[in-house]
Amino acid sequence: MVEQSGTALLLEQICNHHEDKIMPLGAFKAALMGTAGVSAGASVVLLSSQTATSESTVSFTSGITSAYGEYIFKFYNIGPETDEAEFTFNGSIDSGSNYNVTKTSSFFQANHKEDDANTEFTYETGEDHAEATEFQTLARNLGSAADESGAGELHLFNPASTTYTKHFYSRVVDYGGGVPRNWDNYAAGYFNTTSAIDAVQFKMSAGDFDGTIKMWGVK
Amino acid sequence: MAMTLITTNTSSDDATSDFTSSIDNTYKLYIFKFYDVNPATDTADFTFNGSDDASSHSYDIIKTTTYFTFYHNEDDSNYNLAYQAARDLAQSTAFQLLTDSQGSGGDESSAGELFLFNPSNTTYVKHFYARDNAYYSGDISRQNYIAGYFNTTAAITALQFKMSTGNMDAVIKMYGVG
Repeated sequence: MVEQSGTALLLEQICNHHEDKIMPLGAFKAALMGTAGVSAGASVVLLSSQTATSESTVSFTSGITSAYGEYIFKFYNIGPETDEAEFTFNGSIDSGSNYNVTKTSSFFQANHKEDDANTEFTYETGEDHAEATEFQTLARNLGSAADESGAGELHLFNPASTTYTKHFYSRVVDYGGGVPRNWDNYAAGYFNTTSAIDAVQFKMSAGDFDGTIKMWGVK
Repeated sequence: MAMTLITTNTSSDDATSDFTSSIDNTYKLYIFKFYDVNPATDTADFTFNGSDDASSHSYDIIKTTTYFTFYHNEDDSNYNLAYQAARDLAQSTAFQLLTDSQGSGGDESSAGELFLFNPSNTTYVKHFYARDNAYYSGDISRQNYIAGYFNTTAAITALQFKMSTGNMDAVIKMYGVG
């Protein structure tokens, strides 16, 4: 299991902000401390980046707080070891001890085969949830060959709220296993809890995977 | 792509959430992110409209739009994807729905994003699209896709969000991109 490093993420955040230029002190303080009323120049902040190599899970167990009203997870080079496995995620309300939050969701996809033999645009009843604690599919049937992968993003809104359910939605494209095809996957739903979501885990439905997943906070 | 937070409106039992300044030619793209949108009235719709006047801000821009939805009931009794003909607009000045029939329960809300492109342009119509997920009245998760254009060459100078009926709680943030 891959865990994030707070120091590493802060350094990466600073480096990503500035690259080859020096940040003004006020903006640096704003970025670092979230100074009210001071523009940090960037409202989307990289909080954590994790690269998995033959890992069973990637977990974000810190940094998901009330500091941001929205978190965006961007992922690419998601390559499963098991052909046609699903890329999935779940939330936690106990800092990652359990990933089993009740959710209701919907899921639809479009796909097109490389041989042009078939196209589909359908609601997928096998990938949605009705008050279930299972992991939510983000992408279907990923191919496991060396050049096959998935990429996309997941938005999670105000996970620290203790008043409302927590909405999420995603779009992920992937290179399908089996008969080669392009999949375009759309999932959306809510964690049906008023407890704060304080951790998120990604994994395949079967087997390990490679991939890079980045977590961003939106001010 | 730098995204800059311009304005945050936090509504607490308010009739409207208005953005009446800073929509200008500084940015080519404005993104409105909304969450914790909770209506006071059950089955109310969350809506928005634009204004092209600088001060009085009447929200009545002609627009043509599309709206489609995917949903799934909590009790697994129903699911579907459908174009929502009653929720689109054809050269109408009415408010455009972003969600429909939201639940007003204490934990029920919606969240999503609205993208508005180049609102200060005086040559072309102004495009927008939105995606959100809502807690629909009747315990349904409903993801909505809305797109269209303000059919005017006048600059869009303000936006207003409101429920179709009653007040609302909401957090709405406006960002500039570019």
